Amino acid sequence: MLTILFDGIAYGMLLFILACGLTITLGLMNFINLAHGAFAMAGGYITVVMMNRYGISFYWCLPAAFLLTAAIGAILERTLYRWLYQASHLDQVLFSVGIVFMSVAAADYFMGGQQQLINLPPELSGRMEILGVGIGRYRLFTIVVCAVLVVLLQLILSRTRFGSRLRAAVDDRRVAMGLGINVSFVFALTFAFGSGLAGLGGAMGAEILGLDPNFPLKFMIYFLIVVSVGGTSTISGPFLAAMLLGIADVAGKYYVPAIGPFVIYALMIVMLIIRPSGLFARGAGR
Amino acid sequence: MMRGMLLGAASLVMALAGTLPAAAQEVVKIGLILPMTGPFASTGRQVSAGAKTFMEMKGDTVAGKKVELIIRDDAGVADQTRRIAQELVVNESVQVLAGGGLTPLAMAVAPVATQAKVPMVVTSAGTAAITKASEFITRTSGTLPQYSLPVGTWAAQNGIKKVVTLVSDYGPGLDAEKWFTKEFTSKGGEVSEAVRVPLQNPDFAPFLQRVRDAKPDAVFVFLPSGVGSLFMKQFADRGLAEAGIKLIATGDVTDDDILNSMGKPALGTITGHFYATAHDSPENKAYVEAFEKANNGMRPNFMSVGGYDSMALIYAALEKTKGDASGPGFMEAVKGLSWTSPRGPVSIDPETRDIIQNIYMREVKEVDGELHNVEFETFAALKDPEKAEAK
Amino acid sequence: MNAISQDVTAMTDSSAATAESRAAKFMKRRNRIRFYEILVWIAAIAAIFVAPTKLLILTEIAILALFAVSLDLVLGFAGIVSLGHAAFFGLGAYIAGLMALHFIAEPVVGLIAAGLVSGVLGFLTSFLILRGSDLTRLMTTLGIALMMAEVANQMAWLTGGADGLGGFTVGPILGTFEFDLFGRNGYIYCLVVLFLVTMIARRLAFSPFGLSLKAIKGNPMRAGMVGVPARRRIVAVYSLAAVFAGMAGALLTQTTSFVSPDVLAFHRSADLLMVLVIGGTGYLYGGIFGAIIFTLLKDWLSVVTPQYWMFWIGLILVAMVLTGRDRLARWIEFLPDRFSRKEAGR
Repeated sequence: MLTILFDGIAYGMLLFILACGLTITLGLMNFINLAHGAFAMAGGYITVVMMNRYGISFYWCLPAAFLLTAAIGAILERTLYRWLYQASHLDQVLFSVGIVFMSVAAADYFMGGQQQLINLPPELSGRMEILGVGIGRYRLFTIVVCAVLVVLLQLILSRTRFGSRLRAAVDDRRVAMGLGINVSFVFALTFAFGSGLAGLGGAMGAEILGLDPNFPLKFMIYFLIVVSVGGTSTISGPFLAAMLLGIADVAGKYYVPAIGPFVIYALMIVMLIIRPSGLFARGAGR
Repeated sequence: MMRGMLLGAASLVMALAGTLPAAAQEVVKIGLILPMTGPFASTGRQVSAGAKTFMEMKGDTVAGKKVELIIRDDAGVADQTRRIAQELVVNESVQVLAGGGLTPLAMAVAPVATQAKVPMVVTSAGTAAITKASEFITRTSGTLPQYSLPVGTWAAQNGIKKVVTLVSDYGPGLDAEKWFTKEFTSKGGEVSEAVRVPLQNPDFAPFLQRVRDAKPDAVFVFLPSGVGSLFMKQFADRGLAEAGIKLIATGDVTDDDILNSMGKPALGTITGHFYATAHDSPENKAYVEAFEKANNGMRPNFMSVGGYDSMALIYAALEKTKGDASGPGFMEAVKGLSWTSPRGPVSIDPETRDIIQNIYMREVKEVDGELHNVEFETFAALKDPEKAEAK
Repeated sequence: MNAISQDVTAMTDSSAATAESRAAKFMKRRNRIRFYEILVWIAAIAAIFVAPTKLLILTEIAILALFAVSLDLVLGFAGIVSLGHAAFFGLGAYIAGLMALHFIAEPVVGLIAAGLVSGVLGFLTSFLILRGSDLTRLMTTLGIALMMAEVANQMAWLTGGADGLGGFTVGPILGTFEFDLFGRNGYIYCLVVLFLVTMIARRLAFSPFGLSLKAIKGNPMRAGMVGVPARRRIVAVYSLAAVFAGMAGALLTQTTSFVSPDVLAFHRSADLLMVLVIGGTGYLYGGIFGAIIFTLLKDWLSVVTPQYWMFWIGLILVAMVLTGRDRLARWIEFLPDRFSRKEAGR
């Protein structure tokens, strides 16, 4: 029972790490970036290449995945994405689907179509028993990383100067510019940060979710579920949504396997009907 | 105005018309339709590489005719497969169809094969019923019942009493579950629980926990190859092996293509299947060498050998008909054909047009620093049990 | 008739009548058959004789076009972004397959049945998309489609599960026209259905009903204030679109005599959105042009580079959005405008 709860939490946390970058681009910058999974995949492949070809330790791969993916994100933002902030949602959807297609084919070309696997350091694999509850070490690691991330994100957004600049830039671009905020720089940095988070998620998820060229398509749906249920105006909304979905999914599959696959979708639709703009919508929502 | 309209219409139509097929006399065209993109791209890649390797090794002429291989991508979408098959037959005058990466893809082509009287060689899909869909279908892969059943036999003979089955929740998975259970329980074993995993499933935690809580001697697994490797890692992570639960599976789980990157957790897994890269025979050595040379070191897996043998079958049948590839004659020639494949001796059942082959029990071991499926027991010349039973 | 007589007396009549006549004139102008429409249908018919080897891909285009016309009603007119339109397409496909397998092999009956059942599903689910933002609707429709796909997989006793539904033969159309290997009759059949549906959709879309939908798309609140029953209109158009999508699915089943579970897959909805956007939304023919361009492009690319065609499709999409989708999609409008000016002196 507690093991299931633990697994659910770990799974939810993983979903959150993957999706929280999307929350940032979607919620703060109001950009529907379906290519989010492509950045996650990039992070995953960076980890695989570093670990399997160059034998670099897993712990170094995580920050590397974050930084490199953030760099890729920054380059794409400067060259492509920034032209589309003012475009319609439909345009953004199409543009990012185009990016997804290109990334899928590119990953296939460079890395091959097969599943990529990584081998974790021994201290992260296996499991231990604490008070009769079986705890997977890697899952525990995921939970810790995620918890740190949530706190950090919340602090950055609400307490730092950068956070307030960003929120100002989102709320009213022109006024923010008038106040001397370098809006395009703030956006670029935010986008890079969001992409970096995706990369980190991809690196961490490679162990549990697997990694192949279809990653962005396969998991796009899960990111979107988390973000749409959680709402896009806060960090805590998607966090709780991810936890809820993770636990419900794992518990549903354990206790009522016959309807297991429906749980997550049904839950999403019900949530969306009750709260169309997310769990913790702030005001009218955008 | 009117003229402009007609001109416009004419040019549009011309653009659509494209080129007409050139009539070919001394060429036998083979249309190989596979998923080269999408989630099943690795199937397509292995099968096409296998077929090409055959042609490289054996040349492109048979019975005085030149063989031309046309490879097309259906992205794993059944109506595409059907359209491409129909187009190949009608426009490109393809005389033999091959492919069928997944069951629905093969099933979708069946009506075309019947209507056009064109032979169809299934290279990968594993549901038993496929060869019943058309008189013109034959198969060079294998069926799931065919290689799940011996795993049940082996388990019952080797002191395993209580098993939990864990399969993907779709046609092939249910086939594997059914035939393993049937064989295992008839030999005195007990299947205490049947767990089914949805196809779209990122995390195995809840299912593995169920297995663990049931405390069986072994868990029998069928999962499509890519997913199988993920399962393997989580199986090890959850400490099921330490809890005394053995992992027995069909060969899809320890797919040779990715086996080596699975690492330590895979060691000791017992699987049953029709082909292993490590199979010890001169035919296989030559095949593996040619395949790896042509494909940048990629290991041939069971899919590739399906592709290789589809070409072997077509060559042998054409040899027998003296180059005549017309449907009924070709299918007559196919029935009862036998040859030595890299996987061992195989033949085509004259009654069902399905393949008869050896199923090997293998264990994952380290050979020369690489992980391999090492064969240790052979169930010789097995037919597809489902069709054998129906009679 | 009425409109013309009003036209004449418009100048001297009261202001209300003037407005009415202007409205009538406006509706007439919207409703006029454009040059490119005639061109499309002539080309489609001519293709039977000129391109007998391409009929199979043309059939596929016709089915996709029908599906896209259906989505255009929802997206282009009512402004609802849907990522789950395949739910109706797939349901229609399965219904047609089951009809042929268990009840009646004649395809037209199956077509109508499929349309009706899908329409019912459309009606029931339409209540879920009344509220919320673009993203909410996107996710709700997507969720419904994913659940349908899972249902089809689970109910293997009825649908054949992942193996697909096969083993049925579709009878001759109306008892006389057999589906041949060259796909000739199949193509004509699909073309006729596409034509009829497009005409119905056209009649509807360029009527006051269609205008009121565009008003809702523009601003639902304002539309409500001028007395447009937004909710009811959305329910109606969504259900109707579901009927058409179901028919498209039925056509696919009947021309391939097989239903594979991927009729409900996500990629179908996504491709469809792409098709519609390539062709342009909000004038119905966008779906048809989009289907032609998309299918031919994809077919050509997948022959040239079987493994990596996705890359090029993606590149085209990105390029299209960056150069401005509206500019590209409006290419067709240049033609009719020039011609219509000549004819009507607008």
